[in-house]
Amino acid sequence: MKLNYPCRTAEHGVARRQFLRGVAAGAAAIAGGYGLCNPAAFGETLRSQQKRIVVFNMHGGLSQLESWDPKPGVDTGGPFLAIPTSVPGIHISELLPLTAQQMHHLCLLRGVNTSEDDHGKGAYLMMTGRRQTPAGEFPQLGAVAAKTLSPEDSGLPGHIVITPGGGGGRGNDSAWLGPKFSSVQLGNGNPPPNTVRPENLSEQSDAARQDFRRRVTERFLNRRRTAVTEAFAYSYEQADKLMRQRDVFDVTKEPASETERYGQHDLGRHCLLARRLLENGISFVQVSHSNYDTHNENFNFHIEQMGEFDRAFSTFVADLANRGMLDSTLIVVLSEFGRTPNVNLYYGRDHWSRAWSVCTAGCRMPRGAVFGATNERGTEVVEGQVDHGNLFHTYLQSVGVDSTGNFNIDGREMPIADPSSKPIEGLLT
Amino acid sequence: MMDPKAAYVAAQWAHDRPLISCRFDPTGQYVFCGSEDAVIERFRISDGVKTILAGGHSTWVNTFAFPDAGNFVVSGGCDGKLTWWEVAAENPAPIRSIQAHGTQWVRSLAVSPDGKLLASSGNDLMVRLWNGSDGSLIREFPGHQKHVYSVTFDPTGKFLLSGDLGGVIRQCEVETGTEVRKFDAAPLYSYNGGQQVDFGGVRALAVSPDGKKLAAGGLHKASNPLGAVHEPLVLIFNWENQTLEKSLIAEGITQGVIWNLRWLSDGSVMGVTGGGNGGFLLFWKPDMEKDYHRFQLPNLARDMDLHSDGIQVATAHHDKHVRITRLEAKPA
Repeated sequence: MKLNYPCRTAEHGVARRQFLRGVAAGAAAIAGGYGLCNPAAFGETLRSQQKRIVVFNMHGGLSQLESWDPKPGVDTGGPFLAIPTSVPGIHISELLPLTAQQMHHLCLLRGVNTSEDDHGKGAYLMMTGRRQTPAGEFPQLGAVAAKTLSPEDSGLPGHIVITPGGGGGRGNDSAWLGPKFSSVQLGNGNPPPNTVRPENLSEQSDAARQDFRRRVTERFLNRRRTAVTEAFAYSYEQADKLMRQRDVFDVTKEPASETERYGQHDLGRHCLLARRLLENGISFVQVSHSNYDTHNENFNFHIEQMGEFDRAFSTFVADLANRGMLDSTLIVVLSEFGRTPNVNLYYGRDHWSRAWSVCTAGCRMPRGAVFGATNERGTEVVEGQVDHGNLFHTYLQSVGVDSTGNFNIDGREMPIADPSSKPIEGLLT
Repeated sequence: MMDPKAAYVAAQWAHDRPLISCRFDPTGQYVFCGSEDAVIERFRISDGVKTILAGGHSTWVNTFAFPDAGNFVVSGGCDGKLTWWEVAAENPAPIRSIQAHGTQWVRSLAVSPDGKLLASSGNDLMVRLWNGSDGSLIREFPGHQKHVYSVTFDPTGKFLLSGDLGGVIRQCEVETGTEVRKFDAAPLYSYNGGQQVDFGGVRALAVSPDGKKLAAGGLHKASNPLGAVHEPLVLIFNWENQTLEKSLIAEGITQGVIWNLRWLSDGSVMGVTGGGNGGFLLFWKPDMEKDYHRFQLPNLARDMDLHSDGIQVATAHHDKHVRITRLEAKPA
């Protein structure tokens, strides 16, 4: 399948030669420790474009039939109808009336086949673009984005995961890219914990304390610089910068009217926070919405969950479009898999990875488009089949990263994305 | 003589999709069924002849009621529509359709004891009262905060009762629309913080014929809503003082939920459930916690109705069949 879209310009792309020049320049500029990971590999050109990625993780497995690929009227279709969108000829589930009005910004990938029906494995492959293997771990998309897209001088972490609950902390999702690119997790959208200077510690005392720590660290690093010691030093510096920019993470600084627009629920607040983070230059933000693992009463639960999602997501997309951020921000709505076309005994749908959908928008993704198709009953992909590897390559290509290139990790070439896979052909503009 | 312990399945008729709802017409000649498609199946009780009623809905039909002395059947669907049909026509066609609850699901219908009024409830959080003959709107009953799963009249016809997902039962005056009081059916509702879902709700309501008790059915012990880990539960309220007199349980029926309730002529309560171990008709004495009898149906059930003769019970099943069970001894 080939899509015809007008904006097939070269300006969005990063040529391989350009990429290689970036690698060389970066390698020369950085010495030791994390420098071996070469964060400058993609050059300042890419970073100055301020490309960003936001992922909406529909935890548990969003039903494609109740969202992006409805099949009303057939035995697998369920009770919901399909509604027209802002793009003539494209219909989505009636559970997404507000999102339907943003369809001209979206690109639906309806031919996803990942052949993995296990929650953990499915989530892993969708976030890393690779299957789990005993041979080693792979960095998640957020870590890759933080490494390739974050400005070198950014005082903020490049990889943020907003969790539905919990207390926050650091994730373990950067594999061989190192802890510098692991996610900072914002539990229930709250600012990172322990980021306020204690009242009994004056600013002057704190500055003196930090200065002393830096001098001791520097002395130590002069003799024993390793990836671990670099990470140790970096974490203090990042924490210091983060504390000074703590307001970036505080969604309560947004006007109440904005909260109202996004919806008075956790997802609405998290989406507004995501917008705030992206506007402040953070390269990757993941928002999770729970829970879609609807083996029981799939339709009742999707009414509830999709109702929250529709308002928050459509507002988010519209805001990014209105603020001119869609050209520089890739939006991905994914799950670990889809749900069975078959409606089970309990009005539920079970795990189904053979034919499901991912929704994208922004950067080089075509606007107002559908790529791929399933059959009449939604049981098989009949056109434009893609898998997790294709998707991972495509996300990165869309933000200007040459996904066929390598990271240089301690002198070893590590493929950025699965070298046995490739981007979706004919999709990107 | 009615005897649930002697119950047997007397007839079964098939459709080509799983069934989701069923109701006898007041004359007892037919049973109407909704299914996982956009048509209605009418089965003649005497011989099982099936007639398809098409064109009234664009998707699943959840519920039925029979206003105007039972001359009409009104169907309520997931398309938000109420559609009127002639009950006994050879090939019934839609008489009128109204978009009763916007595009939100119609969940439940009930007809007043005099047959003139039709009440509907839906996912738009509304209860509405209609003229059963011409479909004109008489009154709205706003006030629910969650989807309104069930609606029924009290035996006097003065009050309308409606139960929602949140376990709230509102009693309103039919004449004025004023809320008189609420019954607290909170045990039928739970919010699961881990899964971040609301679950349960008042799936069934039935006032005893003497008007002294209100039964509300649904589920409890919902430790895993998304995985169907829960058990059926019926709450029996004292009508006068609203106290919860008894919680009726059914041990061992995992994944069970009460889809409908009926009071029997001997004062006991009959519920229908479908769960991991199949479908059951459950029978309780309202003053005893545990069911005194359970009749296992051949397949998981999703709805139930009691015939006007008090003996025949219709059940809608996932295996595409409607079954007629007789609550009496099988003829020799």
